[in-house]
Amino acid sequence: MSELIHLSASELATKLHSGEVTSVQAVQAHLDRIAEVDGAINAFLHVNAEEALAVAAEVDAIRAAGGEAAQALHPLAGVPIAIKDLIVTKGQPTTAASKMLEGWMSPYDATVIEKIRAAKLPMLGKTNLDEFAMGSSTEHSAFGVTRNPWDLNRIPGGSGGGSAAAVAAFEAPLALGTDTGGSIRQPGAVTGTVGVKPTYGAVSRYGAIAMASSLDQIGPVSRTVLDSALLQELIGGHDPKDSTSLPNSLEGLVAAAVEGTAGDLTGVRVGIIKELQGEGYEPGVQARFEESLELLKSAGAEIVQVSCPNFKYALGAYYLIMPSEVSSNLAKFDGVRYGNRVLPQEGPMTIERVMGATRAAGFGDEVKRRIILGTYALSAGYYDAYYGSAQKVRTLIQRDFDAAFEAADVLISPTAPTVAFELGSKTDDPLAMYLNDVATIPANLAGVPGITVPGGLSEGLPVGIQFLAPAYEDKRLYKVGAALETLLEQRSGHSFISQAPSIDAATIGQKG
Amino acid sequence: MANYTDELVDFDVALEKYDPVLGFEVHVELNTKTKMFSDAPNAFGDAPNTNVTPVDLGLPGVLPTVNKTAVEYSILIGLALNCQIAEKCGFARKNYFYPDTPKNFQTSQYDDPIAHDGYLDIELEDGEVFRVEIERAHMEEDAGKLTHMGGAAGRIQGADYSLVDYNRAGVPLVEIVTKPIVGAGKRAPELARAYVAAIREIVKNLGVSDAKMERGNVRCDANVSLMPKGAEKFGTRTETKNVNSLRAVEHAVRFEIERHAAVLESGQSILQETRHWHEDTRSTTSGRPKSDADDYRYFPEPDLVPIVTTAEWIEELRARLPEPPSERRKRLKAEWGYADKEFRDVVNAGVLDEIEATIAAGASAAVARKWWMGEIARLAKAADKEIAALGVTPQTIVELDSLINAKKINDKIARQVLEYVLAGEGTPSEIVEKRSLAVVNDEGALGKAVDDAIAAMPDVVEKIKGGKLQAIGALMGPVMKATRGQADAGRVREIVMEKLGL
Repeated sequence: MSELIHLSASELATKLHSGEVTSVQAVQAHLDRIAEVDGAINAFLHVNAEEALAVAAEVDAIRAAGGEAAQALHPLAGVPIAIKDLIVTKGQPTTAASKMLEGWMSPYDATVIEKIRAAKLPMLGKTNLDEFAMGSSTEHSAFGVTRNPWDLNRIPGGSGGGSAAAVAAFEAPLALGTDTGGSIRQPGAVTGTVGVKPTYGAVSRYGAIAMASSLDQIGPVSRTVLDSALLQELIGGHDPKDSTSLPNSLEGLVAAAVEGTAGDLTGVRVGIIKELQGEGYEPGVQARFEESLELLKSAGAEIVQVSCPNFKYALGAYYLIMPSEVSSNLAKFDGVRYGNRVLPQEGPMTIERVMGATRAAGFGDEVKRRIILGTYALSAGYYDAYYGSAQKVRTLIQRDFDAAFEAADVLISPTAPTVAFELGSKTDDPLAMYLNDVATIPANLAGVPGITVPGGLSEGLPVGIQFLAPAYEDKRLYKVGAALETLLEQRSGHSFISQAPSIDAATIGQKG
Repeated sequence: MANYTDELVDFDVALEKYDPVLGFEVHVELNTKTKMFSDAPNAFGDAPNTNVTPVDLGLPGVLPTVNKTAVEYSILIGLALNCQIAEKCGFARKNYFYPDTPKNFQTSQYDDPIAHDGYLDIELEDGEVFRVEIERAHMEEDAGKLTHMGGAAGRIQGADYSLVDYNRAGVPLVEIVTKPIVGAGKRAPELARAYVAAIREIVKNLGVSDAKMERGNVRCDANVSLMPKGAEKFGTRTETKNVNSLRAVEHAVRFEIERHAAVLESGQSILQETRHWHEDTRSTTSGRPKSDADDYRYFPEPDLVPIVTTAEWIEELRARLPEPPSERRKRLKAEWGYADKEFRDVVNAGVLDEIEATIAAGASAAVARKWWMGEIARLAKAADKEIAALGVTPQTIVELDSLINAKKINDKIARQVLEYVLAGEGTPSEIVEKRSLAVVNDEGALGKAVDDAIAAMPDVVEKIKGGKLQAIGALMGPVMKATRGQADAGRVREIVMEKLGL
């Protein structure tokens, strides 16, 4: 196994820059790793070997030629990246892990993909997810489950299980995810990786297939906090194609991550959210959470208690607002213009019946469940009670955050209430599945940024620690995230991810 | 079927018993360069599905952005309709599945239209002014165009398949909705026509729409209900969709009044429904049942941020408003001194701008009217074109008029010269010169032609001498023939009188 795959993105970038390693070598090492382990993990729905190697060769040639062009290369140029298959890409299929879009090729690139191409990061391929990003386990993919590299019998989280598993299994140093209610952070937590949901609007959504427009946000997935900062600085910034994107770029993210690695949090007020701990959280998760608090305190942080009383309504509000937007956003998938078209088996061939047959066959159960929920919630006579009330809760949650951020610079909670659960253990119980996102959802409802960083192991499985910051203050997350990461490494004497079990032929044989 | 009747009640009879209540939803397509929510060209008549971007096709992942010009045009319309302009307003999604709507929802405005609570004073032909209250004017996007193939007359019934063209999908629309219009009585059809004509004129005058009804730039849905005379509670209404000419608006309202009266008279009740207008039979047929509870599951469009209008912005736009058409007409009529009917004919012919420009170029109001309503209108009709589309310039008219005044050509020659101008032969003076069309002022030649005519037509001469001066006209033919039409008719008349000693 090539050592190149164990490098963080920033370490690899340094070696590429010095000429010690070529991008082609780095990309090939990751393609080899994918070939070796992805049969067991199933993180990738599509591997983009040819184009990735071509981009790598281009970067190597520019670097070899030297001069201004080499100087102008982006710091991450040549570092490979994996893309969640909810983000549209020219030249590679985009499926949203749905039969509805099987084989569909986008004629345009998402804005984040344009930025990645401009910075010349070779794209390794498209990663698996719950269909249309709806789920917390990646078991709702139409193209098979993704397995957790820490235990192949367990889920990698969701919806972005593919991106998180790919990064955790050293198939890619970086990946893009999307987070509507925790789809970057919860997979990050259960795979021992870092994931960030930026402030709503910090990264353009143009080209991310919409699940719930007012909640969706693209963000980075990586193995270190610094790597996520590097990636967010690359993909962030105003986009005239996205009316909800912020007018200005968020600056100083990388600098904040670097500052955090000093491990000094003197004067930083860290608020424990009373409602996001204790009951419902596994003891092992709670224990790692409390140890993290001790570490932060030892680094000079002031730990304060805050209460966000309306967070208890967050899950309920989320499961009204999100499906409502889903019911409208997914209406376009009707077989008329693109994607799969299914004809009715009997009866008259009318457009309504073709649309019906297409949607009946093309969508999985979870997608249908949410479309039906949302259609109901928006119906005349129910709108005020459901969608209207949920929007009020949303405002109350924003106020809770406002009040909490008066008392604290950042908030802290476990990212998910449990470690990775076993495949199939919750697929028959949607409500139990939804509860996985109880700690991540408030940030989406309020538009504030959140990060998950590994906080140790419970029963050999990763536990994630979540930090939340006020809108536009993503840099606070990178500082405290990097600090906790450093403190944990100093305490244990090794990087967190180095504890991950090897995925060897024996394990693969066992699970394959 | 509760509402089926072939019977109509005579219009006047219907109006003796019932008061009609009207309401209009007029959709105006804006003529912005690009669409409401995308960069695709907003253009008519191009090859199908060429003026589209991923946004217009509703591809996965796309997001809308608002066209600022379309917002400004909408505010201009609102101001011209004396509306309040919302300080803050947003878009909403109207959800329904139909293949001409690429996202299966229409991005529209729901409970916060950009303009609301206005009015428009409509002047009927006899000068009576009727105030129509405007409830709202809101922004939305047009749908694509479906063409049903294989069935009869392009109808969906019996078609084998349908084609869809998304060029029109996303074209900016402003929907102008009136409050219920009560009290028009028997003038309801006339008012309907005048209202739609006024909206068309306003948006054309603002320059925000091409305003061509035949292209669907202005489309009208007409709501009609009847209530017993003196009642206050409105009757059940029907909505006749897509009545797309002024004449059709008038006819459709009239037809629905007669049909409603017949249904009510037969003891049945009106079914709330949409109706389709058929120009060929000048009648409506039942569309689909429509209730106020049609559930479009409106909710705020989460992909767009609200539009905030500042007082400065609105005042800047208000300053751009042109003179309202009705005020302009009043002013021009007074300035030109036309009689009521003369002015109405000019308005109906749509040549106000042309006459105004011709007068500005130096012609008298009478001369300008004579040309535009006379020869130019005749040529346009012969060529099956709009008068304005013929391409006659005010300078041409002024030049022709000065040639006539200088007695270089007569009216008849001037009309010929105009045709040569339109054929591209040059300016009137150049043509007169090139074609040697100047009037024959050679007294000798004229005198000889008159002598010949007198000699040839002794019976006519007798009549003239007997006091029938109008018989001089009969001599004019041979004289004109002899001079190839280039004689000055007035001078010929004088010579005849002299020769006959009158």
